[in-house]
Amino acid sequence: MSENYAVIGKSVPRIDVFDKLTGRAKFTGDLKFPNLLVGKLLTSPYAHARILSIDTSEAEKLPGVKAIITHQDVPSTKYGLSPARWDETIFCIDKVRFYGDKIAAVAAIDEETVQKALKLIKVEYEVLSAVFDPFEAMKDGAPQIFDEYPKNINTEIHQDFGDVEKAFKEAYYVRTDRFDGQRTFQCPLEPHATIAYWTGNRVTVYASTQSVHYLQHYLAKVLNIKEGDVRVLKTHVGGGFGAKLDPSGLDFAAVVLAKKTGRPVKMFFDREDMFFNNRGRHPIFMEVKSGVTKEGKLLGVHCNFVMEGGAYTGLGVASAYYAGTLLTVLYDFDNYKFDMLRVVTNLPPNGAQRGHGQPQPRYAFESHLDNIAKELGIDPIEIRLINARRPGTVTVNGFKVDSYGLKECLEKARDISGWREKKGKLPWGRGMGIGNGGFVSGAGYAIYRTDKPHSTAMIKVTDDGTSAILYIGAVEIGQGSDTVLAQMAAEAMGYRYESMKVVAADTDLAVHDLGAYASRQTLMSGWAVKWAGEKIKKLILETAAGMMEVKPEELDCREAIVFVKANPEVTKTFAEVAQKYFATTGQLIGQGSYKPPKLGGVHKGSAVGTSPAYSCATQIAEVEIDEESGEVEVMGAWDVHDSGMVINPALLHGQVHGAFYMGIGESIWEEVLFDKQGKLLNGNLAEYRLPTALDMPPVIASELVDTVDPNAPWGVKEVGEGATTPTLGCISNAIFDAIGVQIKSLPMSYEKIWRALKEKKEKA
Amino acid sequence: MQAIQDKNGVKHFLITLNVNGDSYTKAVKANALLVNVLRNELDLTGTKKGCELGDCGSCTVLLDGKPVDSCMLLAVYADGRKITTIEGVAQNDKMDKLQESFAENAAVQCGYCTPGMVLSAKALLTINPHPTELDVREAIAGNLCRCTGYVNIVKAVLAAADEA
Repeated sequence: MSENYAVIGKSVPRIDVFDKLTGRAKFTGDLKFPNLLVGKLLTSPYAHARILSIDTSEAEKLPGVKAIITHQDVPSTKYGLSPARWDETIFCIDKVRFYGDKIAAVAAIDEETVQKALKLIKVEYEVLSAVFDPFEAMKDGAPQIFDEYPKNINTEIHQDFGDVEKAFKEAYYVRTDRFDGQRTFQCPLEPHATIAYWTGNRVTVYASTQSVHYLQHYLAKVLNIKEGDVRVLKTHVGGGFGAKLDPSGLDFAAVVLAKKTGRPVKMFFDREDMFFNNRGRHPIFMEVKSGVTKEGKLLGVHCNFVMEGGAYTGLGVASAYYAGTLLTVLYDFDNYKFDMLRVVTNLPPNGAQRGHGQPQPRYAFESHLDNIAKELGIDPIEIRLINARRPGTVTVNGFKVDSYGLKECLEKARDISGWREKKGKLPWGRGMGIGNGGFVSGAGYAIYRTDKPHSTAMIKVTDDGTSAILYIGAVEIGQGSDTVLAQMAAEAMGYRYESMKVVAADTDLAVHDLGAYASRQTLMSGWAVKWAGEKIKKLILETAAGMMEVKPEELDCREAIVFVKANPEVTKTFAEVAQKYFATTGQLIGQGSYKPPKLGGVHKGSAVGTSPAYSCATQIAEVEIDEESGEVEVMGAWDVHDSGMVINPALLHGQVHGAFYMGIGESIWEEVLFDKQGKLLNGNLAEYRLPTALDMPPVIASELVDTVDPNAPWGVKEVGEGATTPTLGCISNAIFDAIGVQIKSLPMSYEKIWRALKEKKEKA
Repeated sequence: MQAIQDKNGVKHFLITLNVNGDSYTKAVKANALLVNVLRNELDLTGTKKGCELGDCGSCTVLLDGKPVDSCMLLAVYADGRKITTIEGVAQNDKMDKLQESFAENAAVQCGYCTPGMVLSAKALLTINPHPTELDVREAIAGNLCRCTGYVNIVKAVLAAADEA
């Protein structure tokens, strides 16, 4: 970060901060339209049942009800992420596959009428036996949830690189551990809402979505509308964390109900609906086997995973691949085998949650690595330093990793946490643990098969040159993309952040982008913005050269002042040059477009995990355990990140804090629970226990190491998702260090700790 | 409280709310929630709904200066009382010290918890102008945030208190 930048690298306030602090910021559910109807979905009261009949006649008679739709009113097109697993329809046709599955939708004049109407819809079911455990689901005679998935196995992955068996034979020590993950849910604070209305043949859809383009693509495809006739936009989005990426039944139903009634329709999920529809994290059952040398160098790793998918696939096929493919990035080893079975069950479908597929496998591997270190008598940081990937290397499964500061992260985290002074010297009940993690800075391949660019950007300078508007398809969901992209635009143009406006995430008024997932926007949307800004700067310098009677290459522009490089006293303002350009040539516009180069190997599934750049991080935590109750208190947390060049340090550290918070929640408290009939037990924000301000450690340090990635604009890398991936392993290792017992399943609850301590005492 | 019966026999109660210094009179059903009256009748959508069960604190408003979950209160209960919503905190488009501190300390991400968070913190600073860090954490413990890990929010509240 040695270069002297004018706008990037600075903690400017968020572009939306005033609106969000004063209550002006409108979220989808806050919007009103004349003649607006309200809609809701009718969902299944059984986990697995055949639909015999649906009778909406009584509900239709209720005054104020304007439309009711079932599968008969919508196309039966199956959808999902990968064509081989398109297994979901807008509404259930013959069967319901989980408690909460989508049956029908009602639009009425107000919420009270909608609720009454939902109760009047009569659905006759033939209840079928259901299965909720992936291992039970694979047994002979288990209920078959989909005809197309024998033994309920929906995705089967077998990847084999090098020779793992040979590596195990040559190893000094071979160890196998088994760890189990749990089902968690993102719980963005804003419940999902969608508003749709038609104007002639065109439909406008306001949605709380992470990708306006992906939703546009899916609405068009499934409802048989031309993509150009679907406008999707969003206002402010109250968090996503993966929950608002897969299109939901709400979005489809709103469009159809609006068509049927000729009126705008607002649909929304309440908090419990969110647990059914906005797909959370898959529980993964993980067997990890590694062979190491006497010094602790990893020779080979075999991951054998089973994943509970819930009822449909959606993004889940990507989750299955990510769970294993990214495991090769942090540590360098030459032999790797990855086996995965994703199994469907009669529970709500799972999908992509922050760190997509990664946090649980990292929990397993980081805990496993500490077990190996303990056995060999090596310090946990030392074993990680021995194996840490170096920059400019290629993983065994074909990912090219250019910048990589993991070694520096480990060393800095060790120093700032007081590891050397405290590790092994704390009293019983207190302990320190370490975990590493990281993520892709955008997926190397698009979310669906397409040759479209991944990101585009357009900048328009206003007629008088005093403002510039950045048009982007990137989706601000709280992470700060509008702000950092405006900073990047200003930097590239030689302009000022304060003069930037942003028009984003509107498929009509902004420009194309694949959206907010896979931690992609700072790098990918950033490239498009940088090029758009540089085009503006080029035009400004050319115009100024004519005005100042010098050559363009003799000029530069910084913070809206054009100056002669050799004599910086000679200047013109950006605005006067822009006015000249407008008068002589027309609107001053710059465009940029980005598509990643071809990345990765040629094996099946080689695309998943490819990225132009990889982030990494080390987290260290100190915990204290209460022997009587098993209660865990996190006393301190230290995170050191390699995020490449940082555009806005304050926003970056905010991402780290939030990721660590979510990671602590998943480590200790968070778990979605069901009863024996598959009915959701804790679909609210009290019993699904999110950490409060009182649960956060008094010390949270977030620091950086200095890298610049050659494949990224200004060398940027991701932070938002990768920062969640080390935490579970870090807390696990800290608990182990504190009490000498390893908790082998998530969450590492007070009860599990208490039971483990009791068992240990009884054995002794 | 005056009540009017509609044609279906449902009673509507005439209530007067003092919201952000202005007086509004509305006829509401007995089961109308304060949050819905604020959002739907008065168009004050800065008050958010996150759970409608009193778990998340997104709907926090000040009722006679005290932070309450407006999704847990009937509108009739607020009759004649003084309510402050997020729209009433900034004056003439100028944010107050606490809001400025949230902005300066990067305490806002998605912004959905922000109105409730600001109001809970405001209530704390009114009764306790120099809180400890634990006081702040306790005061906002009923306001869930899914983005920030509360770190910069706590920092912002303490910084605003220091300035006062």
